[in-house]
Amino acid sequence: MHAHPVEAAPAAGGPNASPGPRGGVRTSPLAEGLLEVEGVSTGYGSFRALFDVSLHVDEGEILAVIGANGAGKSTLLKTICGLLRTEDSTVRFDGRPIGTLPAHKRVGLGISLVPEGRLVFPSLTVHENLLVGGHSRRTGPWSVSKVRELFPLLDRLMDKQAAHLSGGEQQALAIGRGLMANPRLLLLDEVSLGLAPIVVTELYKAIPRIVAEGTTLIIVEQDIGQAVAVADRIVCLLEGRVVLQGRPDEVTREQISAAYFGI
Amino acid sequence: MAWLNDVIQGILLGGLYALFAAGLSLIFGVMRLVNLAHGDLSLLAAYAALLIVGPLDINPFLSIFLVVLLVAVFGYILQRGFLNFALEDDPMPTILATFGLSIVIQNLLLEVFSANSKGLDAGTIETQALKITDQISIGWFPLITLVTSVVVLFALQLYLNRTRMGRAFRATSDNQEAAQLMGIDNRHLYGLAMAIALGIVAIAGVFLGIRTTFNPSVGPARLIFAYEAVIIGGLGSVWGTLVGGMLLGVAQTIGAHLDPGWGVLAGHLLFLAVLVLRPRGLFAKQVQA
Repeated sequence: MHAHPVEAAPAAGGPNASPGPRGGVRTSPLAEGLLEVEGVSTGYGSFRALFDVSLHVDEGEILAVIGANGAGKSTLLKTICGLLRTEDSTVRFDGRPIGTLPAHKRVGLGISLVPEGRLVFPSLTVHENLLVGGHSRRTGPWSVSKVRELFPLLDRLMDKQAAHLSGGEQQALAIGRGLMANPRLLLLDEVSLGLAPIVVTELYKAIPRIVAEGTTLIIVEQDIGQAVAVADRIVCLLEGRVVLQGRPDEVTREQISAAYFGI
Repeated sequence: MAWLNDVIQGILLGGLYALFAAGLSLIFGVMRLVNLAHGDLSLLAAYAALLIVGPLDINPFLSIFLVVLLVAVFGYILQRGFLNFALEDDPMPTILATFGLSIVIQNLLLEVFSANSKGLDAGTIETQALKITDQISIGWFPLITLVTSVVVLFALQLYLNRTRMGRAFRATSDNQEAAQLMGIDNRHLYGLAMAIALGIVAIAGVFLGIRTTFNPSVGPARLIFAYEAVIIGGLGSVWGTLVGGMLLGVAQTIGAHLDPGWGVLAGHLLFLAVLVLRPRGLFAKQVQA
């Protein structure tokens, strides 16, 4: 069992809230967070990308997973969303073991991934991309009109093919498409990759509004600044292992740098 | 005037080719599967109609509904139970699997129905024609085939554009992994695509059986015509497939008019010309995944 060095910051509900699905507080070490990853070791073929990685995410929290290129961040997200499968009990969502569940079923449970490289559907219009995002949607606050509100830049592009969008527009679309499933846990992989800083700042403005709707977030970034600024907690990966965990105000820049570069 | 007649007959023939080609184009688009058994599967439908028409004593046209249903269900099972396991990034396993399937079907049909040619008798409608001028007449049956083809393709287009599953098909065609992340069960979707594809080619098979005689070995030729129609029209375009089928039909009729032996050759030459001049086809989908 991996020890979590720092407990989650208290969320809405107060210290006496029971650890139910909506209660954000871990009242005892046995209480389950929304997502529990326990001792995951996985990889591709003979290549091993993750070594005994454990972490937990509480409902309503923003967890930033940072690390250098090849640290295993995307592999971790793939394990959580189901593109990579492991033993059943090593990934638990809302108390339920889901390690062997395929990705499309996890969407129905409330886990959505906004993939690295955005991967919007190029031949579909923006509107159709959003509708496909809602293919297995759960009931919840997100709808096409709500996504248009969140990202006004998409508003005038609804009938445009996604292939003709700029990188920033595609990223906004990819996030909006992920939200259309009404996920309880949204995984954002490298939102800022290849985008101008001003665009990244704009996209990150959406994050508080997403969390306000009750969505829990895991943000994976190489660019530490943005992620650390919005995160409630940070997990740092180095060569497939968790080397640092903590609240942003509890870890120093030096610690992060050390964990990031392995020095 | 005789040439005009050739063009008209070619266009009518193109309706049948489009019915053969539509399913092929759909499954290649959705799952990048090259189905070499497509022609043989259409024959399977023709033989199924043969089995149904006799005992039930019904017109082959009526048997289509039952045959389509049977073949579509078979397609779903075939995909989920067999072809899904061969699907990889590399197209070779499915090419080999469907090539094997093609041989199996041909030999099974040979075993059960013998090598003798069979035909479906739809009655006098087969020979009745609408006389336009002295030299031009339009056969009712080819006309029914073309109209059916247009209706089926229109329905397919509507399904792909307007329905939830249709959008899922197109999303999967663009990016299979991203589609899974949207909660789309690709295994089920592939099964559905094969069911629709074989349902459509079942109609083509029965029409073929009414139009001409057939035996267990004619499947591969059907496959080639279907591929030519798809390539000429351009991958991923439903209407392109119809136009591709029509151009192929026109080329074959005109070729046959010049010399009875040149019909099929003229079709192949048109296909090669399109491959050289416009390798992506005449109406290829503009945006590539």
